[in-house]
Amino acid sequence: MKSVLSLRLNERARDDVVADNLLLVDYLREACGLTGTKIGCDGGECGACTVLVDGQPRHSCLTLAAQVQGAHVETVEGLGANGRMGALQRGFHEKLGAQCGFCTPGMIMAAEGLLRANPDPSDAEIQAGLAANICRCTGYVKIIEAVRQAATESRT
Amino acid sequence: MSVAESLPNSATIGVPQPLVDGPEKVTGRAKFSADFQAADQCLGRVLRSPHAHARILSIDTSAAEAMAGVDAVVTGADVAASYGVLPIAMNEYAIARDRVRYRGEPVAAVAACDAQTAEAALRAIRVEYEVLPAQFHAADSLRDGAAVLHEEKPDNVERRVDFELGDVDAGFAEADLVLEREFFNAEVCQVQMEPHATFAEWDGEREELTVHTCTQVPFYVHLMLARTLEMEKSRIRVVKPHIGGGFGCRTETLNVELIAALLARKAGGTVRLISNREETFITHRGRPETTTKLKMGLAKDGRITAVVCETLQRGGAYSGYGIVTILYAGSLLYGLYTLPAVRYLGQRVLTNTPPCGAFRGHGTVNTRFAFESLLDELAAGLDLDPFAVRRANLLTAPTMTENDLLVNSYGLDECLDWAERASGWRERKGTLGPGRGLGMACSHYVSGASKPKHWTGEPHATVNLKLDFDGSITLLTGAAEIGQGSSTVLAQCAAETLGVDMSRIRVVASDSRLTPKDNGSYSSRVTYMVGNAAIDAAENLKAVLIEAAARKLEATPEEIECLGESFRRGSQDQGLSFEQATAAALEGTGTLTVKGVFETRPESWGGKKYRGAAIGGTMAFSYAAQVVEVAVDADTGEIEVVKVWVAHDCGRALNPLAVEGQVQGSVWMGLGQAMTEETRFHDGLPITANMLDYRVPTILDSPPIEVGIVEARDPYGPFGAKEAGEGSLSGFLPALTAAVADALGVRADALPLTPERLLELLEDAPKRRRH
Repeated sequence: MKSVLSLRLNERARDDVVADNLLLVDYLREACGLTGTKIGCDGGECGACTVLVDGQPRHSCLTLAAQVQGAHVETVEGLGANGRMGALQRGFHEKLGAQCGFCTPGMIMAAEGLLRANPDPSDAEIQAGLAANICRCTGYVKIIEAVRQAATESRT
Repeated sequence: MSVAESLPNSATIGVPQPLVDGPEKVTGRAKFSADFQAADQCLGRVLRSPHAHARILSIDTSAAEAMAGVDAVVTGADVAASYGVLPIAMNEYAIARDRVRYRGEPVAAVAACDAQTAEAALRAIRVEYEVLPAQFHAADSLRDGAAVLHEEKPDNVERRVDFELGDVDAGFAEADLVLEREFFNAEVCQVQMEPHATFAEWDGEREELTVHTCTQVPFYVHLMLARTLEMEKSRIRVVKPHIGGGFGCRTETLNVELIAALLARKAGGTVRLISNREETFITHRGRPETTTKLKMGLAKDGRITAVVCETLQRGGAYSGYGIVTILYAGSLLYGLYTLPAVRYLGQRVLTNTPPCGAFRGHGTVNTRFAFESLLDELAAGLDLDPFAVRRANLLTAPTMTENDLLVNSYGLDECLDWAERASGWRERKGTLGPGRGLGMACSHYVSGASKPKHWTGEPHATVNLKLDFDGSITLLTGAAEIGQGSSTVLAQCAAETLGVDMSRIRVVASDSRLTPKDNGSYSSRVTYMVGNAAIDAAENLKAVLIEAAARKLEATPEEIECLGESFRRGSQDQGLSFEQATAAALEGTGTLTVKGVFETRPESWGGKKYRGAAIGGTMAFSYAAQVVEVAVDADTGEIEVVKVWVAHDCGRALNPLAVEGQVQGSVWMGLGQAMTEETRFHDGLPITANMLDYRVPTILDSPPIEVGIVEARDPYGPFGAKEAGEGSLSGFLPALTAAVADALGVRADALPLTPERLLELLEDAPKRRRH
């Protein structure tokens, strides 16, 4: 079965006909061409597919596209402005929070959700906010520094 | 403003540099292999063996082929040529022929219009098997009457390595304490974040193949595609887009890469083959389950007098890198300390499990765990400080080890000083209170293998620099950027040599149609070898620009002062801008491409004292020392790593930001192997092939890791640099167990040290010391 999905995607309204069993991550990657959102596991284990749904971090591999009817979905592609990196993107770039870059979009979206709810997180709060996201390159040290820098930049 | 007054910006080396491809990665614009799409693509799926060892009696694909929407079905019958990373051990097929040797081995594959059709087609394939006896551990494969995996290896031993250098018996006689222990390391897997993916395009009109794939060595993929598809190399193009890590499993060509190409050719179109996480685990190429029996003698003054090491590795079902791994496990006993006498017996055994391969710290990690653990216990037995024991065995560079490895630079002493100081070892050791402890260990690694596996007579590395009318410089390299920062370091090397701003240099990497061949990203070779080639190319380009400027300014080249972005004749001269010098250089010749190369020196090629002694030969070793602090709960067996202090000697740190990132990542990967990670099978069935049962540490499990950069500059390294990405991994394992021993008084000889293992250990230690 298919139905019409209407949503806001990175601030833009969109309507698509989607299969009822289509995962949000496949909708984003295959139908919308937003391949920044990654698939790193077979379901809910790694966090690489994290997006924001109405501001809340969500595994897009455990969410049906049909479930975001009327919602605002944000992906890593939506974080910059005027062709420049957003604060978290800049933090991850400058502090080397991204090495291979595969976990990065999900990590940044989880951090974005965290900073919107808590603009001045402690290191422990950063760790708690990113606990569902696995990175295999950095040992997480520079990821924490990246989020810290972005939080400072966003507050000032 | 005169050109001469504009300041040259040559401060690119030794300055923290964010990665040149960072903006793409943080904005989602970076394209990985699974991100490519074509309107007319087919999706590939692989049928895998349900048996760990079986003869394939028949495969009937007719029903699958007849299904609407199925574009191609391939089996072992479609690929007659074997493949493998070592020219002397190519015993694997892209798709099994006649026999399967591990559970999950590919037996057929389909390409279809969508995933549902492809999966239905897989279900329609009928395979008849005759199940054979199977072995899942090395010791089982060595037993009399064990099933033989490969007829040419009737004893199931892939390679036995046996050497003795120096007088071992005399060494033990001289020792004040001799101990012998057996150590165990569970098998571990790279678990790079990106599951394997290949996008293969067949051009039927030209009979040409283009493959975008997630490899660390595009050159090997190119060779293996040509071999298994029986195609001319010139008709193949291999492109490595962004890749989501590798850590060694992608230094070999993977069967799924070959299968994608076979499907594309048979379908006459484009095939997108994306492995899921379970398949990526099964494709494996991890670090083998290893038993290390180690005996070592120590004198009262801290000198190591003799070592006997017996290593048994579970290699899996095919050769892969096996011979190299078992050789490294012995040869790199050397290179860290003075070792007067060593006997090594290594055995790499074939088993009915997915093949192991090269994993960060290739061959050295499990040996180093055993070595440093036993050294720590010996030191305690003679009441010596662990730092003092290491200092009693230091090498003096330049030197050759007993097995003929060249050690040209050596910063281990400085690493020890830093780690001891930063961790507060002297003041804090023994004062931390109940359940807390400090442990330390050292480690090292090569900066590239000095003899390439595919010996062609070509230089080790080649870099091209293209200078065009617009004054931009394009650096063309085959070196595979895999997240380690290879493109950044090459841009730095070229910019520094030319004295230009890094932004003038754009890197184009890893496209066989555009970039010069490279041996790839493995054994930490890129910075040293390709970095040197980039410097060579930049020097050649600089000479061309200076000569052109001299012509323009009516001077001799010797009179030209190059300020990077400007060229002048004496300090009063107005000079030429870079654009003007470029224009002068292009007069009469047009767009310029210059080349730089790097060759290793013969004295670094390793020895000949035993068969395979060249393995371990390198231009330079990195060194590391680390201290681990733990807090252990003796009732639950839970270990918290409070902090790690690690000093790494990478020679000149070209990009201190990337060095820190590499060292932190290495130490943390060692933490995973030491504490939680374990690839397990039940009768050959992978039971940890997902990211919940295979426990990669999360951010909550991960400690602060403070890095001290030690710069024992190498005489031949690029600006004195050596490797940074592997050497500090292995030291974490023994430093952790030493810290646990300091906290609870029990020594763990089996990893990972899970709470279950630690509790067992505590129960087995009746008179355990309690603080």
